[in-house]
Amino acid sequence: MSHSSNPSLAKPGQEPDPDRRDFIFIAAGAMGAVGTAVTLWPFIASLGPAADTLALSTTEVDLGKVEPGQAITVMWRGKPVFIRNRTPEDIQAAQAIDKDAGQFNGLRDPETDETRVKQSAFGDKKMPNWLIMVGVCTHLGCIPMGQKATDMKGDFNGWFCPCHGSNYDTAGRIRKGPAPKNLAIPAYTFLTETQIRIG
Amino acid sequence: MSSKHVTSFKGITGWIDQRLPIFTLMQNEYGSFPTPRNFNYLWNFGAISLFMLLLMIGSGVVLAMHYTADTHLSFNSVERLMRDVNYGWLLRYMHMNGASMFFLAVYIHLFRGMYYGSYKEPRELLWILGVLILFLMIATAFMGYVLPWGQMSFWAATVITNLMSAIPLVGDPIVTWLWGGFSVDNPTLTRFYALHYLLPFVIFGVVFLHIAALHVCGSNNPLGIEPKSEKDTLPFHPYYTMKDTFGLCVFLMLYAVFIFWMPNALGHPDNSIPANPMMTPPHIVPEWYFLPFYAILRSFTIDIGIPFTHIVLISSKLGGVILMVTSIAVGFVLPWLDTSPVRSARFRPLYRIFFWVFVADSILLGYLGSQPPEGIYVIISQIAMAYYFAHFFLVIPLLSKYEKPLPVPKSIHEAIGSGA
Ligand code: HEM
Ligand code: FES
Repeated sequence: MSHSSNPSLAKPGQEPDPDRRDFIFIAAGAMGAVGTAVTLWPFIASLGPAADTLALSTTEVDLGKVEPGQAITVMWRGKPVFIRNRTPEDIQAAQAIDKDAGQFNGLRDPETDETRVKQSAFGDKKMPNWLIMVGVCTHLGCIPMGQKATDMKGDFNGWFCPCHGSNYDTAGRIRKGPAPKNLAIPAYTFLTETQIRIG
Repeated sequence: MSSKHVTSFKGITGWIDQRLPIFTLMQNEYGSFPTPRNFNYLWNFGAISLFMLLLMIGSGVVLAMHYTADTHLSFNSVERLMRDVNYGWLLRYMHMNGASMFFLAVYIHLFRGMYYGSYKEPRELLWILGVLILFLMIATAFMGYVLPWGQMSFWAATVITNLMSAIPLVGDPIVTWLWGGFSVDNPTLTRFYALHYLLPFVIFGVVFLHIAALHVCGSNNPLGIEPKSEKDTLPFHPYYTMKDTFGLCVFLMLYAVFIFWMPNALGHPDNSIPANPMMTPPHIVPEWYFLPFYAILRSFTIDIGIPFTHIVLISSKLGGVILMVTSIAVGFVLPWLDTSPVRSARFRPLYRIFFWVFVADSILLGYLGSQPPEGIYVIISQIAMAYYFAHFFLVIPLLSKYEKPLPVPKSIHEAIGSGA
């Protein structure tokens, strides 16, 4: 931008002040940019989750009928949530890995079994048998198998994703296959010993 | 009126043309437009692609009048279209198979360009616009496939949008934003519908620029040399209007075979099952025209990180996405990777061979994309993927440097022995 491009604004015999011009130009440009960004924001934000979508974000589930060794699947935010009442063997198998392999060996996404179920408690009572996870493979979002008694459970007796072959263990930790992370743990609380609220 | 333009048309046409010279424009660009006289049938596929685009828009607009974008209603609205709406089955099969035929035509068109060096100076921008069209077509077809809300629709949408979660740090918020929620659901469907309606018109705009750029530099031809005199060219009409019409008719016959005799041959039976967010089909496969890219996506299976630490720089998920996008975007730089002064593969004895190896490699990738990602398929995919990129980044630059081209004829009419 050169001031000489518009000489008509300068008084005769007087050079226009280049600094002032540049300042006005930049200030106007900056105002325009801010205005555009502010106007654009509602367009972008409108595509995010709407209030009603967010309002559906909690689900309550009764666990009374789920026997040890059984699992149920419930819907939360349009996704399946896996709830498994783990047997003592399941828990032992999961904890064995914590100790055997050391915390960082052999696990792609290192987490102890305890951290996986730390929300499973009512008052002081810990209930590590309840493993509650989002049933969505952390690879590309398929639903792993392993909820039904007849399902394939993979090499670690937990869950197996048929899409690209991810294997999860009895704590839902990724052990083999392309998925980068353990199955996610949603926020949940025990309202009674057999009643939970997810979300 | 101070217009310098004086129309050569008479009557009403002349009156309009004097004020808005569209007839002169048509005459110049599609009537007398000098076109190399030696086109072969591969030069039909541009016109065929344009026809298919218009047909997709035409059939799409009518489908849209019967379609409802709502997760509870979409599947049934398409079923109603198939069973109850007059000729609804025909319109849908035209649109469904039309997408396949459109991609077929565009792929032939594109490989034609690669064989005859049509991307070289002065047609680089023309070629780049073509690659852009391909990207837009892929987005459009992907979103269209989601609309009938069958099992494959839903799971294709889930798997592909989840790819974005590979982006470090902001991946997950971006996916939530794309979905408009916490999974592929109604907000996702309605926005895909809006975009599926919009993008074809954007494509139309880019096609217009593509053709405008073509009419600045003129068409390439099988010899890859520029026409030098009138002896080398023919007026577009009637010569190429006729040849294009003939080629189009043959192409439409093949299209009709699909529509009337095997309308579902290219589709996946799982898409006749309504979408079920709680159950993944055992095998997720995309439409055939995406298979090579899908194979490339899945061929990246290792995490690249800092050795002896748990720090991952490029996860296998991210790596796959980068490769897949690059496999198409490489088209943008192709004009600068190939610096051989000779355009047509007819005079490039080595390039000609490598071109066909590349075609075979692409088809192999397509086959691998349809197979489960297990065992031997993974390894072959990796080799085929590596070759795909080697073709662009190694073979083409090396050939540009070391290949000795055959002598190029002086002019088109001399080479084909006519018009002299
Ligand atoms: C570039 C051009 C286009 C391509 C490649 C394309 C591709 C597709 C594909 C692959 C489907 C899924 C077909 C199925 O499995 O049922 C589809 C569906 C649909 N498309 Fe398009 N489309 C294009 C243009 C349009 C346009 C311009 C409109 C609207 C004006 C439109 C409206 C629809 C509708 C309403 C459906 C859902 C009905 C159905 O699934 O049969 N399309 N499109
Ligand atoms: S989505 Fe589960 S392994 Fe790919």
